[in-house]
Amino acid sequence: MMKKRKLNIAVTGLNAVDSPGPGVSVIRALREAESFDVRIIGLAYESLEPGIYLHEIVDKTYQIPYPGAGTDTLLPRLEYIHSKEKLDVIIPNFDAELFPFIKLEKKLQAMGIRMFLPTLHQFEERQKVNLCEFGLKYGIKVPRARVLYDPSAINSLASEFSFPVIVKGKFYDASVAYSLEQVKNFYDRISAKWGLPIIIQEFIHGTEFNVTGLGDGKGKTIAAIPMRKQYITDKGKAWGGISIADETMLELTRRFLKETKWRGGFELELMKNKDNELYLLEINPRLPAWIYLSVGAGQNIPEALVNLALGKKVEAFTEFIVGKMFIRYSWDMIVDREEFEQISIYGEL
Amino acid sequence: MKVRKNIAVSDSGLVFNPENGESFSVNPIGVELTSLMREGKSFDEISALILKKYNTEKQVFEKDFHEFLDTLSNYGILDNDEKEKA
Repeated sequence: MMKKRKLNIAVTGLNAVDSPGPGVSVIRALREAESFDVRIIGLAYESLEPGIYLHEIVDKTYQIPYPGAGTDTLLPRLEYIHSKEKLDVIIPNFDAELFPFIKLEKKLQAMGIRMFLPTLHQFEERQKVNLCEFGLKYGIKVPRARVLYDPSAINSLASEFSFPVIVKGKFYDASVAYSLEQVKNFYDRISAKWGLPIIIQEFIHGTEFNVTGLGDGKGKTIAAIPMRKQYITDKGKAWGGISIADETMLELTRRFLKETKWRGGFELELMKNKDNELYLLEINPRLPAWIYLSVGAGQNIPEALVNLALGKKVEAFTEFIVGKMFIRYSWDMIVDREEFEQISIYGEL
Repeated sequence: MKVRKNIAVSDSGLVFNPENGESFSVNPIGVELTSLMREGKSFDEISALILKKYNTEKQVFEKDFHEFLDTLSNYGILDNDEKEKA
């Protein structure tokens, strides 16, 4: 049997709170890859991200600066990590960090580090603030929305929308508001945390679905798996879900990838109303936290993403197992203070 | 009155619709009825078989069977064209 190549892959998103980062799921998928072995380098922002202490999942972790610090701060840190770990691939898993990583893609490539990310144009075009234009351009049904930069515009919403409406932050956070008063409260809370603008979106009643997948950057669908959320947390995150065979969702996904020539992993957030009309609520430009279901369903999407990043020819998956479920759980790890100290003081563990 | 081909009904009575991920359970009679429907039997044929096997009145069974078909239809379990015929 041929020995598999061992790749050094850096992964972010090691947090696992009730709105978990995708890192741990991505790593579990990579550890089950058939085409390579891995050494996993965790990239963490905070010293309490659980993935740091999961030593059977993450081999070594380095702290990295927050995305807001800019690429001038991030690059030297990545250069240092690369000098120690000889990274082959980085998989960023947070929306907010994609912008700096996309900016650094060429420089990192020159260092021998590969990524497989959407282009800056693709990243910007699908932003929540641009979703309406996106829907119009590609003929995909999206909820009506208004982008607010100023709270004085809130009063005019009553004539435009019927309540409830969704109040969304630029990158994260969304709340359902049943009155103008609630919109004002959520506007203040979300803008204080994530900045402006705030997006007001029509509330679509229905059933929530997600599709995760991988585009090759040339319009081809490499992988796509629709999932119905079976258990939803207060934050709207799937805590349990099941793979389904909805041809309308797969067709919408293929169209999205073909039209945009999307490069990289993604998650489509969809809502199906009682008339079976499908609305695209959001496009997340990275793999979702439930990506490990893709392995269970027969499409190891993180593995395919790494192979594309390395410039290998990757055949599109043609089937997946319908009715595979994921059920998430949380558990308490017991961690020695010395480990916490090591990552907090030295930024490495 | 046909159960759609892609619908999975387990022996224990779990009905799973792979298109929307919905699942629910039916009792042993429900399993038996869906199984007979799968075999392509008509309403009258199924009614005759059930009345022969169980001690129940035709009127009572057929009322319940209609309700059961409505439930299956609401869950998208029946083939659309066939549902109309039923």
